[in-house]
Amino acid sequence: MKTLSKVYNGLIFAFLYAPIVVLIVFSFNSTSSRVKWSGFSLRWYEKLFGNAEILDCLKVTLEIALLSALIATVIGVLSALGIFAMNGKLRKAFLAVNNIPMVNPEIVTGISLMLLFVFVYRSVGLLQPGFTTLLIAHITFNIPYVILQVMPKLRQLDPRLYEAALDLGCPPTRAFCKVVLPEIVPGVLTGALMAFTMSLDDFVISYFNSGSSAQTLSVLIYNMTKKPITPEINALSTLMFGSIMVLLLVINIRQIKDMGQKANRS
Amino acid sequence: MNKKRLAAPFGLWMLLFTVIPLGMVLWFALTDDAGNFTLQNLPKIAEYSDSFWYSLYVGALSTFLCLILAYPLAFSISRRSERAQRTLVMLVMLPMWMNSLLRITALKSIISEKGFLNRLLELAGLPTQHMMGTTGAIVLGMVFDFLPFMVLPLYSVMTKIDGRVLEAAQDLGANAFQVLFRVVLPLSVPGITAGITMVFVPSVSSFVVSKLLGSAQTTTMIGEVIEFLFKGSAPPYYNVGAVLSLVLMVLMLLCMAVMSVFDKDSDEMEGMMA
Repeated sequence: MKTLSKVYNGLIFAFLYAPIVVLIVFSFNSTSSRVKWSGFSLRWYEKLFGNAEILDCLKVTLEIALLSALIATVIGVLSALGIFAMNGKLRKAFLAVNNIPMVNPEIVTGISLMLLFVFVYRSVGLLQPGFTTLLIAHITFNIPYVILQVMPKLRQLDPRLYEAALDLGCPPTRAFCKVVLPEIVPGVLTGALMAFTMSLDDFVISYFNSGSSAQTLSVLIYNMTKKPITPEINALSTLMFGSIMVLLLVINIRQIKDMGQKANRS
Repeated sequence: MNKKRLAAPFGLWMLLFTVIPLGMVLWFALTDDAGNFTLQNLPKIAEYSDSFWYSLYVGALSTFLCLILAYPLAFSISRRSERAQRTLVMLVMLPMWMNSLLRITALKSIISEKGFLNRLLELAGLPTQHMMGTTGAIVLGMVFDFLPFMVLPLYSVMTKIDGRVLEAAQDLGANAFQVLFRVVLPLSVPGITAGITMVFVPSVSSFVVSKLLGSAQTTTMIGEVIEFLFKGSAPPYYNVGAVLSLVLMVLMLLCMAVMSVFDKDSDEMEGMMA
């Protein structure tokens, strides 16, 4: 039974990873073929750093991801605190609105924002598709992730601790910074990280809200799929995938070490 | 200081960029190109009923396959040590960080006429398969793209199932099938419903997978139709596109409402057991 489940898991992971392996291996191919191996070369990596279009899109993608994650985190944390202080119907209404971007099909979120921007552009000539529309769209779908990460941390918090700090003469702002903030920081960080990766990975919503002045990498890749894909993009994804993998491994190893230390202590 | 006011920026933001945009969809759906009220867009829904049905079919099939494939994987992960669970969950999530468009094009090159899969079949002396551009290829792409969305909610529910409950069932004489269908399955219903919505909604409304792996022989999925009306055609047909998006949204909300009914049942069952 155990070997059976190991074989089965192996097969599923092979299915999930085979295309990724193919992509990475063929980014080192000396020709642009994606089915025939003709020898190892780094020419697509060299070409990547000379491809202005790809590098431009990479810059836009990273700027949008950083800015939208930052703004969404600020708005998200503030609103989580606000929603947490609400009760009954108001709280339900806010959480319901927060859920809309999460449950709506991405394509509907994408076109609804696009229609808003089209309408504003037609009426007052503002918000032509570009960097600003992309940023607004990304902040919008990022906020719910931050709120959903921070709310549970607030729920776990013992309200008496904050009250105790106040009773002992701590001013509210300082009590918040010293008592509440340290407790919710893990949730805030996870939320920010999720927002960043969601933004980095988004295609559908970006596709409907980007213009020729600012494109993200996913949109560029999509436009490329209509013709044969340039292998530089495989090289870039390999680099990005590699850096994310290293980051995750470091986090994972650290967590496992923490767990080990905790187990030793107790 | 009133803490509730901290949510004000959020309220304003969501009003401007979530609620009003949805109102825009409704507004465009009920007006013509000049902005006058009309109901003429509504009959167009019937014209695209084939696309709606095909999308629901592909979505249902992909969701079913994801559930069948993910269930044993999620369960076996949930029975491992905490350390192994962490690593395996990370392995499930990792592919999501590779751009999904590129992953699907890589899958395309694997299943293409001269691709890796056909050469393996040749080596094994089996007849080569013509997969590209079929409904099968689209479903394969969906399963490949959305499988992690099924594994993760299943796993997060299953990992909370106490191993001693399973042992107790076995001690009381239940065989493996009885343990699965009468203990594990009922306890994992919240994960199943969450997984189904997380896979069904994006696969029904997807336009990328079918565009990359489909062909002229397969019916156009509704996402592709909407994409064409908004971005592909010149001039764009915003009004018809808005009507179709509205229908898609209502369909997905209905599906989620059905799922939440199932979920409620399981809550009540848990309540009864306690």
